[in-house]
Amino acid sequence: MPLINARRAKRRGPRRFTSRDLAVIGVLLGIPILLDLALVWGPTLASIGLSFTNWDGIGDIQWVGIDNYKTLFTDYPPFWPAVRNNLLWVAFLGCVATPFGLLLAILLDKGVRFSRFYQSTIYMPVVLSLAIVGFIAQLIFSRDQGALNAILANKDNPVDWLGDPELNIWMVLLAAAWRHTGYVMILYLAGLKSVDPSLKEAAAIDGASETQTFFRVVLPTLRPVNVIVGVITVIEALRAFDIVYAINHGRNGLELLSVLVTDNIIGEASRIGFGSAIAVVLLAVSMGFIVTYLVQELRGGKKG
Amino acid sequence: MTITRTAPVRTAAPVTGTGKRRVSRGRLGLHAFLMTVSLAFLAPLLLAIYASLRPYEETAKYGYFSLPRHLSFDYYAQAFNDSGMGKYFINSLIIAVPGVLLTLFLASFVAFCVTRLRMRGGLVLLMVFTAGNLLPQQVIVTPLYVLFTKINLPYWMSDSMTMYDSYWAVLAVQVAFQVGFCVFVLANFMRTLPEEITEAARVDGAGVWTQYWNITLPLCRPALAALATLQFTWMYNDFLWALVFISDGDKLPITSALNNLRGQFFTDYNLLAAGSVIVALPTVLVFLLLQRHFIAGLTLGASKG
Repeated sequence: MPLINARRAKRRGPRRFTSRDLAVIGVLLGIPILLDLALVWGPTLASIGLSFTNWDGIGDIQWVGIDNYKTLFTDYPPFWPAVRNNLLWVAFLGCVATPFGLLLAILLDKGVRFSRFYQSTIYMPVVLSLAIVGFIAQLIFSRDQGALNAILANKDNPVDWLGDPELNIWMVLLAAAWRHTGYVMILYLAGLKSVDPSLKEAAAIDGASETQTFFRVVLPTLRPVNVIVGVITVIEALRAFDIVYAINHGRNGLELLSVLVTDNIIGEASRIGFGSAIAVVLLAVSMGFIVTYLVQELRGGKKG
Repeated sequence: MTITRTAPVRTAAPVTGTGKRRVSRGRLGLHAFLMTVSLAFLAPLLLAIYASLRPYEETAKYGYFSLPRHLSFDYYAQAFNDSGMGKYFINSLIIAVPGVLLTLFLASFVAFCVTRLRMRGGLVLLMVFTAGNLLPQQVIVTPLYVLFTKINLPYWMSDSMTMYDSYWAVLAVQVAFQVGFCVFVLANFMRTLPEEITEAARVDGAGVWTQYWNITLPLCRPALAALATLQFTWMYNDFLWALVFISDGDKLPITSALNNLRGQFFTDYNLLAAGSVIVALPTVLVFLLLQRHFIAGLTLGASKG
């Protein structure tokens, strides 16, 4: 009995809102919720619905069941290459760019001189739009006048870095990693600054090597940052769009799911139903990660 | 290159424990490594700037990676005039500045409600917003397009009379989409603020608005500054939303102005390089000017958590 009373009292505590308070909450909480539901979640549901139709954007909406998905999986050549490229994107950012960003953060966190300079230059690419990154990639990798072929001095037999469908995805990944590394570095740098130095000292006194200290003491305390970085990495990889669109509209080896969606929806064909089906596939994969992440967050939040 | 890359990593381990000579040697290797990486990261930008200063005929003949014969700022003037960049820059600001302010205002209030008022369902709210920001943009593009063409606006708000092809469309989507990210960051930040501050205010009879505007918000200044730089960069750099929701070329933001510099059959990459540098300048400046706040904001957010 007393327990219940206590809980009731606690619940009643913060609920003593005046009518003015309620009005403020209603308006200022209501607007963002409405916006979010109307412009983000509503359209998401609508997209799922449209993916079962053959709508062309103008005529009547006809229900076609799972036809779009059948075509997509069996009879749409660019689909599987796009899936493969998106996965490659996840793997490359996750296994190369992210650890590299972490390494840079660790080194900069040692408090070396000029660290402000290093930090700024490495972060610089992050503030550029991906459209610009795509263009700069062309300056470097283009076949005839690009800087890379000039450095390699293979003028007689130039490599077509962006035109060769076997090669270009790697060059684009390099360009994407160029931006991703700086972003990851800043996030980890912020996280590392917050690690209690006495923890590291205690580990050092106990005779742990710096590597041991890092993996056993520092990395576990970085868990919240790790989770954020992980989600950002995956989501950015799945959402990748601007950079390949700027280079060659995502064709010839640079297919991505996001590009296929855009092509079908905005392009002249305007196969909105079909484009939505691709979007839903993208959504399903993203949701897998989003839900895993949120479950993690929830557990962490309860523990904390 | 490979040697300098791996060396400092290996020497990094014994640095703290052992004698002075090892320390300075390790530090030297560390600087060599960091310098190499910094230059490697900077090189593409320098190349773009370099290309923008040289005439097309020269680079066409000798390639971008060659010694200069003529250097001039001509392409900057041409890029600025040909593509009408001034106008597009204003367009970007019309969307980005109110966008950032509105997003931060709305997001901070949501975060305040979730973390400070202990509202029931707060966690669900947090999840709805966070997950919403992680959705791929392409998923929501089509229904929004249809929606915006159906919403009519008076002439003084939009000369197209619909929400489609107006700044409002881009602004609304930017705010709705980015609020999710800001709610997430600000909620994490506000959790680290001591509970007593708002409680004391509540005892003194402060209403929700006072607790939010006069007490919580000033304490969030570092996080808000960090988010403002990030959000400005993102909204300024976006081109998908504008591409889809705006049809009138005169209303496009600056990132799409770059496309105007692309010829149909022939593209002068040096001109495009000059355009890119002009487009990139504001975000680079904002970052350089505000980076102290930016990193402090992220650090403070994580420190007490």
